[in-house]
Amino acid sequence: MHVIRRWSGRNARLLNFLYRRSRDVLEFIKPLLRGIGYDRLDRPMALIERPLKSLLFDCRMCGDCALVQTGMVCPMTCPKQLRNGPCGGVRPDGGCEIEPAMRCVWVVAWDGAKAIDGDAAMAAPMAPVDHRRKDTSAWINLLRDADAAAAERARR
Amino acid sequence: MSPPTKGDSYARPTVTGHSSAGRLERALRAGRFAVTAELNPPDSADPADVYSRARVLSQVCDAINATDASGANCHMSSVGICALLTRAGYSTIMQISCRDRNRIAIQGDVLGAAAMGVSNILCLTGDGVQTGDHPQAKPVFDLDSVTLLETIRAMRDEARFLSGRTITSPPNVFLGAAANPFAPPYEWRPLRLAKKIAAGAQFVQTQYCFDIAMLKTYMARVRDLGLHEECFILAGVGPLKSARAARWIRGNVPGVHIPDAIIERLEGAADQRREGKQLCVELIQEIAEIEGISGVHVMAYRQEDLVSEIITDSGIMARRRPGRMRKVARV
Repeated sequence: MHVIRRWSGRNARLLNFLYRRSRDVLEFIKPLLRGIGYDRLDRPMALIERPLKSLLFDCRMCGDCALVQTGMVCPMTCPKQLRNGPCGGVRPDGGCEIEPAMRCVWVVAWDGAKAIDGDAAMAAPMAPVDHRRKDTSAWINLLRDADAAAAERARR
Repeated sequence: MSPPTKGDSYARPTVTGHSSAGRLERALRAGRFAVTAELNPPDSADPADVYSRARVLSQVCDAINATDASGANCHMSSVGICALLTRAGYSTIMQISCRDRNRIAIQGDVLGAAAMGVSNILCLTGDGVQTGDHPQAKPVFDLDSVTLLETIRAMRDEARFLSGRTITSPPNVFLGAAANPFAPPYEWRPLRLAKKIAAGAQFVQTQYCFDIAMLKTYMARVRDLGLHEECFILAGVGPLKSARAARWIRGNVPGVHIPDAIIERLEGAADQRREGKQLCVELIQEIAEIEGISGVHVMAYRQEDLVSEIITDSGIMARRRPGRMRKVARV
């Protein structure tokens, strides 16, 4: 899995492009998806997401996808599941504090982020994970969040 | 005797613009070179073991760090140590690690700590359980250091829990974080500090500094970003017991960088413990000259008795002359 993750980090630019395009498609068919009902789509979407993202990112199905902000490297594969950058224990050779044979997820992510848009995406603090979302579809959750944000704006 | 009224232990900032009522914040904001020190938590239930260690440290420091099972090794808790220390009037820095508690437990501890009179909280991610004496334990990591900072800042400044629920009397604490300029990705480390500041860090304590050249490179970038003006930076230092101990630390304690030259110097000395102490004194003197560093954080693992001597020998106390407040009447 580490080999794939490092490949993903190296090809962060391409993956980021594909990721954003998929999001555009999703945004486009949103009215249809909303019509079917997000809750009804959760399980089938998760079934598609799991093998695809597991293969590409060693995805842990947290349901709260952060790939765009983390150089296309899944932060949930960090043994401490850090979402805001590396801990202070990274070894001099870039190895993980806990699993020395594994390259630190954030060292790979840093290279990935630089390939995409510099460090801009990594600068903003990320909120803690919503653990209720585990094993649900991150794509559907993304639409849920967008709808909730729009509703909030309208309310104001 | 009447019960204590609210405010006896729950300390509000006494100076306008301060986050806490604590001595550390006052020292730093007054521009004094601050000293903090780590108290090695006992493997005992005897309060005397805490007080005996605090007594030697308090002679020279502005606040005592109560560690939270550092290295994932089990000891008396930071909450427990802070309860004992605040009761006796010591100034404390309570460390919170995200490894062992979730957001519900942590926020409860923050309120409890502030109620006891804890003025400073250091927000840490924490070492992995695999590095400690209970590798079988379940790691929590519900929050990380950055989200922990944001959580406590919102509790203090917006008087609300992470859930949004209102807090009637917010915790008045000075917020700290850790920084490690000596671990990869090196170029990211100053930006990571910026992120912690954005999340609420008002002071940072760094990992052990044994490589002054590397620290200077880091600080140059920090100054370029203007971060030394947004946050008080305390450099971590500590005496090495021997060359053998230094090698062990380098190989086994995550994130500690010790250059070969340091180990060679210790090896060549007749009295390695004495040389380790002298080295620490010299490092403090060099660090005090670096622009943007506001103090030192002494971590003398099982050598608390040396801290007072080290600080005195370094001469940094002489810099702490009473300044513009000297006309204030004394008792």
